[in-house]
Amino acid sequence: MGRGDYLALAAGAANTIAVSLLAIAIGNPLGLGLALIRWGKVRGLDGIVAALVSLLRATPSVTLVLLIYFALPTIGLEVPRFAAGVATLALGTMAYNCEIWRAVLLAFPTDQLDAARAFGMPRALRFRLVILPQIARAALPALVNEMTLIIKVSPAVAVIGVIETTRAANRIGAATYKPIPPLLVALAMYVVIIGAFVVVQRMLERWRPAGPFA
Amino acid sequence: MIPRGIEVLWEQRDAIFYGFVNTIAITAVAAVCAGFLGLLLFALLISRVRTIEVALTWLIDLMRCVPFMLFCYMIYYGLPSFGIVIGNLTAGIVALTLYNAAYIAELLRGGYAALPRDGIEAGHAFGFHGWRLLTRIILPPVLLSSTPMLGNQLIQIIKDSAFLVIIAVQELTFAANSIQATYYVPFASFVCAIILYWLLCLAVEAGVRAVVVKAETQR
Repeated sequence: MGRGDYLALAAGAANTIAVSLLAIAIGNPLGLGLALIRWGKVRGLDGIVAALVSLLRATPSVTLVLLIYFALPTIGLEVPRFAAGVATLALGTMAYNCEIWRAVLLAFPTDQLDAARAFGMPRALRFRLVILPQIARAALPALVNEMTLIIKVSPAVAVIGVIETTRAANRIGAATYKPIPPLLVALAMYVVIIGAFVVVQRMLERWRPAGPFA
Repeated sequence: MIPRGIEVLWEQRDAIFYGFVNTIAITAVAAVCAGFLGLLLFALLISRVRTIEVALTWLIDLMRCVPFMLFCYMIYYGLPSFGIVIGNLTAGIVALTLYNAAYIAELLRGGYAALPRDGIEAGHAFGFHGWRLLTRIILPPVLLSSTPMLGNQLIQIIKDSAFLVIIAVQELTFAANSIQATYYVPFASFVCAIILYWLLCLAVEAGVRAVVVKAETQR
């Protein structure tokens, strides 16, 4: 492997990080929104959200990215490869994040909400000041775990031609007839990226030592 | 547009069915192999031989950092470098098996760690050791408490099997993709594939629920 190959792999890693971070930034709040719809038992929407989450959790990312990239142009929506990749991963992580947020919402102690209501706090303020800070802490380990899963499925976007780490490694292997060295370098890159998420999670956990719902 | 897609899919129903059956078969074979390999790794993990435990923990942690698609390429392109030549279907099943065995061993270890110790100590007192202690005393409660997680892992295997399209294994996504490429009906063919994946996963979830309910009533 030459210097150019390492640069290609680094560019691939940058794409892996960009696609995954964008998917997380879009999918996580959407997941929280869906979880609130289910938690609040919004009539009509509740069942639809439950079915959507079940469907998305059963959908392989490879199949979904092919659907988004090839089917949207048939209804007149040209999507660039990168955007199709981000949309795919965001939809997948949205469904899993919905389940994570819902679990911590269901575990949230109702007496705190009753207290907040007794003090006349409006609903939005209750959510922002009482619920969100605590559920965010409680959900953090599961959310970070889901983020590492997103990085691990992110090579799916390679099937529509986004050149991320795995595809970059594979192309170098095809050109040099030595497939293993670039794949091992790619592996090391994933270990570093996934490791970084776990380190950030540990730092955030230590940041304020009081436990959730304390 | 969509009526034509459904028409084409109906004409190509044999190809879709072939892909669907292949996905089920690949998943089933890989799940059974990964299950046994995972059990073996789990047995080694709790064998209390320090070096084996440390080495396996490292190996499993490393495996949990590898994307499945990368691992799949490693098996498919890497094994021939070591003189092992296998077909793409075999490579796919080997990749699914090895990859998921690590996850299964880890989740069984989690179930074992949560198991109360007194049952195992009672087993020791009654003279259970080694293999018999594992199969009679440790595994039944561990497998039972891990059933929902094992079900999730099975769903993961189903979803991972779609990645095998990259090494041209003729599973469901491959079938949908080739119909899409020939007749240009991407919407109908991929939606059909996704619905079939959904049905498969719903069946697994129903199976897991049935096992849990049966176990609860028989206690």
